[in-house]
Amino acid sequence: MKFTLSWLKEHLDTSASLDAITDGLTRVGLEVEGVEDKAKTLGAFTIAYVVSAVQHPNADRLRVCMVDTGSGDPVQVVCGAPNARAGMKSVFSPPGTYIPGKDITLSVGTIRGVESHGMLCSAAELELSNDHDGIIELPADAPVGVRYADWAGLADPVIDIAITPNRSDCLGVYGVARDLAAAGLGTLKDGAVAPVPGQGPVSTGVTLEFGDTPSLCPAFGLRLVRGVKNGPSPEWLQAKLRAIGLRPINALVDITNYLTFDRGRPLHVFDAAKMQGGLTVRRARDGETLMALDGKTYTLDSSMCVIADDNGVESLAGIMGGEASGCSEATVDVLIESALWEPLNIAQTGRKLGINTDARYRFERGVDPAFMVPGLDLATRLVLELCGGTPSDILVAGDIPEPRLSIAFPISEVKRLVGIDPSEDEIRRVLTALGFTVSGHAPSLTVGVPSWRPDIDGKADLVEEVMRILGVDRVPSTPLPKSEHAGKPAISLGQLRTRRAKRALATRGLVEAVTWSFVAKAVAEAFGGGAPALALANPISTDMTDMRPSLLPGLVLAAQRNADRGISDLALFEVGQIFRGTKPNEQFTAATGVRRNTANVNGSGRHWQSKAPPVSVFDAKADALALLDALGAPVEKFQIIAGGPAWFHPGRSGTIQLGPQNVIGWFGEFHPATLEALDVEGPLVGFELILEAIPAPRARPTRTKPPLDLLPFQPVTRDFAFVVDRSVEVAKIIKAAQSADKVLISTVSVFDLFEGAALGADKKSVAIEVTLRPTQKTLTDGEIEAVAAKIVAQVSKATGAVLRT
Amino acid sequence: MSDLESLEAEIRTAIDGASDEATLEVVRVAALGKKGSVSERLKGLGAMTPDERKTAGPALNGLRDRITEALAARKIILKEAGLAERLAAEAVDVTLPVRQSPLEGGRVHPVSQVIDELTAIFADLGFSVAEGPDIETDHYNFTALNFPVGHPAREMHDTFFFNPDEQGERLLLRTHTSPVQMRTMQSQTPPIRIIAPGRTYRMDSDQTHTPMFHQVEGLVIDKTSHVGHLKWLLEEFCRAFFEVEKVEMRMRPSFFPFTEPSMEVDIRCKRVGNEVRFGEGDDWLEILGCGMVHPNVIRFAGLDPDEYQGFAFGMGIDRIAMLKYGMPDLRAFFDADHRWLAHYGFRPLDLPTLVGGLSS
Repeated sequence: MKFTLSWLKEHLDTSASLDAITDGLTRVGLEVEGVEDKAKTLGAFTIAYVVSAVQHPNADRLRVCMVDTGSGDPVQVVCGAPNARAGMKSVFSPPGTYIPGKDITLSVGTIRGVESHGMLCSAAELELSNDHDGIIELPADAPVGVRYADWAGLADPVIDIAITPNRSDCLGVYGVARDLAAAGLGTLKDGAVAPVPGQGPVSTGVTLEFGDTPSLCPAFGLRLVRGVKNGPSPEWLQAKLRAIGLRPINALVDITNYLTFDRGRPLHVFDAAKMQGGLTVRRARDGETLMALDGKTYTLDSSMCVIADDNGVESLAGIMGGEASGCSEATVDVLIESALWEPLNIAQTGRKLGINTDARYRFERGVDPAFMVPGLDLATRLVLELCGGTPSDILVAGDIPEPRLSIAFPISEVKRLVGIDPSEDEIRRVLTALGFTVSGHAPSLTVGVPSWRPDIDGKADLVEEVMRILGVDRVPSTPLPKSEHAGKPAISLGQLRTRRAKRALATRGLVEAVTWSFVAKAVAEAFGGGAPALALANPISTDMTDMRPSLLPGLVLAAQRNADRGISDLALFEVGQIFRGTKPNEQFTAATGVRRNTANVNGSGRHWQSKAPPVSVFDAKADALALLDALGAPVEKFQIIAGGPAWFHPGRSGTIQLGPQNVIGWFGEFHPATLEALDVEGPLVGFELILEAIPAPRARPTRTKPPLDLLPFQPVTRDFAFVVDRSVEVAKIIKAAQSADKVLISTVSVFDLFEGAALGADKKSVAIEVTLRPTQKTLTDGEIEAVAAKIVAQVSKATGAVLRT
Repeated sequence: MSDLESLEAEIRTAIDGASDEATLEVVRVAALGKKGSVSERLKGLGAMTPDERKTAGPALNGLRDRITEALAARKIILKEAGLAERLAAEAVDVTLPVRQSPLEGGRVHPVSQVIDELTAIFADLGFSVAEGPDIETDHYNFTALNFPVGHPAREMHDTFFFNPDEQGERLLLRTHTSPVQMRTMQSQTPPIRIIAPGRTYRMDSDQTHTPMFHQVEGLVIDKTSHVGHLKWLLEEFCRAFFEVEKVEMRMRPSFFPFTEPSMEVDIRCKRVGNEVRFGEGDDWLEILGCGMVHPNVIRFAGLDPDEYQGFAFGMGIDRIAMLKYGMPDLRAFFDADHRWLAHYGFRPLDLPTLVGGLSS
């Protein structure tokens, strides 16, 4: 909310400086967002007299002026304004002045060969209006040499404060003054309004008509002033409104705007001549329309509250008046409305119709009910003062609520919650200054809440009042005692895995991305998502409509964006949430990576030692298994099953699982149809693991590792090459070989894979190296041969393999 | 010159002339081999008279020993020369570039890094890390946090909603991490000290707002913690996080429905280009909101606000990351531009610890 310093001082008797006031505002919780001090920004601009103005010798549109700036010798100024002429008074800025409207600092210049020592300014250059058609013209009596801002009354600083939603009492300057006075920055002036006696009843009747529905209008006050002469409001009022960014309209309307900001009391004025019959305050009928003062026509419904007469809806209650009954300079009889509205209803109506007005802003936050009638009196007084006329009595329909909240306040609460221990007197002084009534004595006070503080409903609120007025800076910094939890793990298994997964994937050269939690519906559907329950009702864009079922699409799309920027070899990962349903236990943590083009773990692109090949399913598999190992998962227990979800290449993908019921994740090359659906280009491979699916390690009583038996016997290796059908999975060969002797055989590795015509159609050769690690004694040749024979037998039996000789 | 002397001279010339170990071996065999010139003469000793042998024996043996020695010496020289030659031939151009290690290319996102930094700082102060779901109920996101239905404070949150279910209940994307406060209070017994970092969502998009962002929530519930403790904790945090000797903090009274009293915290800083220097200058930068947990919230959690008390705070993780590390634009956090990630991301082994300094 904006107000000027002098406006504040109409309510606050203070000698405090502007800086002290702005500091004080922020300190009590009315955060200063900005101070516009034209005395500072326009300090260098002075009033000057144009002694002469002659045609520039080299430019048709320029004039060379001699300007008396009050310093004695006239200065020469080149001016392009069409209205520059001898004998006029205008605003002058010397070299070195910063021109806010042009964002330049003046220097002595030479314009088409003629020196110019300063500038005559337009209103736009001073940021006073948009008028840049010519230089400012001042009246003949304007004193030459005087600061323009002082003379024009612009030197009144405008303070802009942010009001939190709870502080409706500070949506009027008077409330702000009250807070500052409580904080010791002056004395609050008496704001009481003497009633204006009326001369006879209002001729217009008022009915509050809500039938069986809850009333949306607790009370409605109305007064008629006959015989007014409306017209432009006086300069003091216009200046106030302009200073805070409002456009003066006419005296009657300006008065209502003034009281909105001066006292936080929105009012409305109707031109009585344009009204027909009595007023009814009621719910709108579905489909009723109102042409409002903003010139737009709104279609209303029965959730909204209106003021209607025989002509129909005349005003949207508490939000905006109607065009038809608005006051103009021709208004002679004016009806002034001061009412109370249901805050929630005002908020809903305003939101539904998309109308933001100063009245709505205040009514939805809560206005002071006790000021409804005084506000009407104050408005009447101003109308009589500025427009004359004869007031009627005040008519009040409904009942003005009188909240009488009283709070038992043990003053020890201040120490308990804040850690400061102010005296009873201090607490009493603060609360009283804020308008609370205080009775009783320590240990517990009885505190009555003023009508303008709907935000106060308990002792914690009173603690805040005391704290903010005394100053949070008074609170001593107090070390937090050591916690009982110190030394215990701060993170859960899931959080630990998330952290580890990120570091582990980064050590494999992948770069962590953070992509949106929502994706386009088509993208979600391409990765098994897109359920209606996971679609946003109000997405911010068509690319962000559905909660992501997988991290893969976000990464794949990101990889393509990078490729479009010229980075085609890249590996990205993300560890984050995916959604399979809306319940908390249907949100999972995925650790996911993609590799594009030739981004292998050992490098990408061409290199003098070797050219990196395009990424394949095995790069994705290696990432997935390395990650599982880094997470401490029992990698050897996982099954790798051929094939994966539909978004992978059916013949170049795999599923990692612990039995069919417990799928941990997938890896593979992407399905060409998926790439096409996402409009991306490969080669692209990826993997995704669900961290929650990995079994938790068994709890162990100690951290001791199993004993290590360093055997003295020499290990022996033997190679075997088997020819098998191409469809035989190598994993079967390895498993069969291992089964030949579970004690002796420590490892089986595949060191060669070969397919060729020489082997026959649909055959392949798989060469394995088997390591035997004796545990009892060094093996004899006979024993080794026996194991070898058994290996061949087992592999042949399991796979139909033939030993290649 | 005697016969032996000329033989010795001849052999020595051959030894010195041998250019490699093979040639030297030929010389050795010619002199000391079975049929070598020296060996043959030694064999002749047997046929000599004792007197002849008395003089010829030592002479011949001496000759043999000297030749053996000379051969050995020459062999060492030739071996060294051979090795040097081999090594010279084996030399490669070590300026050839090697492949980059995966460790060099990998990066951790600044958001993850900052979460790890926060965890390190708060774990040391006895906090554990809590979490909650992104898809929340109206109850946890608003009502249980003392946002009255229809209150303007709800409107300020620009909430993303899901479509209502058959019962008319409408889920939403959490607009702040504060629902974790309530979930934690309901599932743990005080004393409670937690932080809850996570994703949050609001319908907002410009240079400083994105529809998804990260917040961290802090919560302390016990029987004694007050604003003074909160102040100390935040000072400790700011000092540790921004890695500066001293932080000057300003607490301003403010408003959040779920805290009372409520405050916003500014820190003194100076902007120099894209850098923000803390503890100097005349600017105040708002970094977080906080306050004493509202009695209604404590009551909602099933605790007695006259017995239990505590404070909560919340701040933007992306925002404090930007302040600390100087990223100018929030939107870039979620764009996955490799150039940005490589530049602002962290190396995999840059683990934030209090032992080693958070970011050194």
